[in-house]
Amino acid sequence: MVNPFVRHRGKVVALPRANIDTDQIIPKQFLKGIDRTGFGPNLFHDWRVNPDFELNHPTAEGATILVTGPNFGCGSSREHAVWALVQYGFRVIVAPSFADIFLANCYRNGLLPVRLTESDVDRLIRNAASGSYELVVDLEEQIVTHERGGFSSPFNADPYGRQLLLRGLDEIGRTLLEEERIVAYERSHL
Amino acid sequence: MSPTLFDRVWREHVVEELADGVSLLYVDLHLVHEVTSPQAFAGLRREGRRVRRPERTLATVDHNVPTGDRSLPIADPVSALQVDSLDANTREFGIELFGLTSPRQGIVHVIGPELGATQPGMLIVCGDSHTSTHGAFGAFAIGIGTSEVEHVLATQCIVLSKPKNLETRITGCRAPGVTAKDLILALIGKIGTAGATGHVIEYTGDAIRALSMEERMTVCNMSIEAGARAGLIAPDEVTFAYLEGRPRAPQGKEWGRAQERWRTYRSDPGATYDATVTLDASRVGPQVTWGTTPGMVADITGRVPDPAQFPTASEREAATRALAYMGLEPGTPLEGIPIDRVFLGSCTNARIEDLRAAASVVRGRHVAARVRALVVPGSQRVKAQAEDEGLDRVFRDAGFEWRNAGCSMCLGMNDDVLGEGERCAATSNRNFEGRQGKGGRTHLMSPVMAAAAAIEGHLVDVRGW
Ligand code: SF4
Repeated sequence: MVNPFVRHRGKVVALPRANIDTDQIIPKQFLKGIDRTGFGPNLFHDWRVNPDFELNHPTAEGATILVTGPNFGCGSSREHAVWALVQYGFRVIVAPSFADIFLANCYRNGLLPVRLTESDVDRLIRNAASGSYELVVDLEEQIVTHERGGFSSPFNADPYGRQLLLRGLDEIGRTLLEEERIVAYERSHL
Repeated sequence: MSPTLFDRVWREHVVEELADGVSLLYVDLHLVHEVTSPQAFAGLRREGRRVRRPERTLATVDHNVPTGDRSLPIADPVSALQVDSLDANTREFGIELFGLTSPRQGIVHVIGPELGATQPGMLIVCGDSHTSTHGAFGAFAIGIGTSEVEHVLATQCIVLSKPKNLETRITGCRAPGVTAKDLILALIGKIGTAGATGHVIEYTGDAIRALSMEERMTVCNMSIEAGARAGLIAPDEVTFAYLEGRPRAPQGKEWGRAQERWRTYRSDPGATYDATVTLDASRVGPQVTWGTTPGMVADITGRVPDPAQFPTASEREAATRALAYMGLEPGTPLEGIPIDRVFLGSCTNARIEDLRAAASVVRGRHVAARVRALVVPGSQRVKAQAEDEGLDRVFRDAGFEWRNAGCSMCLGMNDDVLGEGERCAATSNRNFEGRQGKGGRTHLMSPVMAAAAAIEGHLVDVRGW
């Protein structure tokens, strides 16, 4: 059970790179735990050792919306990548495209992936350079806006992912309610 | 409408259509390993839930296990913790485990097929993206996250929206020295690492039919590197011959019935796909990657590309970053790039045929002076079989280290890692920054190409060896 995601307002930080993979998001030396916690401090570890890395910039402090390049989250199925992003403090990732398994993992952890066009993402990346750029992301209305105008873009969330996020649904509990159907399937197929 | 192979397998597994465009699907086989499962078991325990179908669940340890001496305790306490947790969890929930000392232990995607547990028409899931490997048998096999692992453990079902279907038709005859790995790398080079996002790939064409079962696994394995959810190949006589007599395959009278059923898992002649791409196998040469994604790949006769030549700003930027990371200059011929390490292993290329092919290149030769080379069989069975065939001697005599089974340097979670700036010829599937160790530089290629590189000490065209 995770916190529902309905609407979020937060500071934007940009990481203008394509194909950021799960090994970058959380390098494998940090995957050896058996808990779901403690991944936040090691988010992007191998890049963060570089003082010039975007998230090390003082203005990145407190950012909760990450704007980045296409095919974000490619690579492994490890949910640790999503846990690390969430535990670091991100609530929204904006990118032109995402890897499929990563998307599925986001919906189950209260992290909203927002797909915008490449040109909208480029605009946000430029806007975020000010270091104090904020956006409002509304999942109910499926729209991203800058409150003082200047940016507004609707997006299409995956319908099921949207429901998981809006309701913070216990998916297992819900499926267990289908017990009869599952039993019927097993009878007829196994 | 005439269904595709994927349509058929999907349809057979629908328990119920749910709202919001998703279906509840029944999972036939759930494979579990030590890295992505502990939190799922903890979740079950916290909610007081049980594993619905322990007999449809198989576990092994592969990702972070040491590949050295198995009689010693695991030196890394955190690795040991995950291995011990899986042991305790599988005991508590009644799941069969092929543990560290089992003669059947190995990389999860190697042992599933090897046991005959992977079968045509199944829906197979595992908390690992390379679950796509099992699609080589005509199964719908997908990688899932830990929350979904917990869901499958508790319900034996998974909630999915149906991906689209991309036909990849590979035709023509491969030249000698060109392998299944080269076909899939060339395909990824052609369509890009996000080329099949949102799709499952069905591989068709005479070049696919001509592949052995193990070669088909190599192709399906890297479907995920093309962005696909899964890869499938319709089962045929090659598939059945591979499965016959395996411990978990149907036996006796069941075998005939199973085969009959499996033959129905195919696309109708007039079936329609959402998209089709083609590849001419006769035009593919041995491939090597030059960058930090599997799509940054070229023929061994090619050169390191000039980032300025790429069409879009984001590609130019990515290529520039990749070359800086890889320590390569534009225009450098790929053949001749010196290497420090060689890794023969992973769920892509560590089955017996891979080891045989690599051994045939290595036999009677010696690893170059400055190169450290490693063979990590995909499973303990593969290892034992290779030893029966004397392949271990061939590798050892040539100066390779001969290890126990595991993922090893594919992802560098155990002690087998690249040092900063070390360059490696690898038969695995990912060349991301830091994948094989922080600062390590990976060139992906086939087992014969990696073996030849080990001997020469640099990237080299294996054709004509
Ligand atoms: S061998 Fe590599 S790619 Fe395959 S399962 Fe292990 S870590 Fe993943």
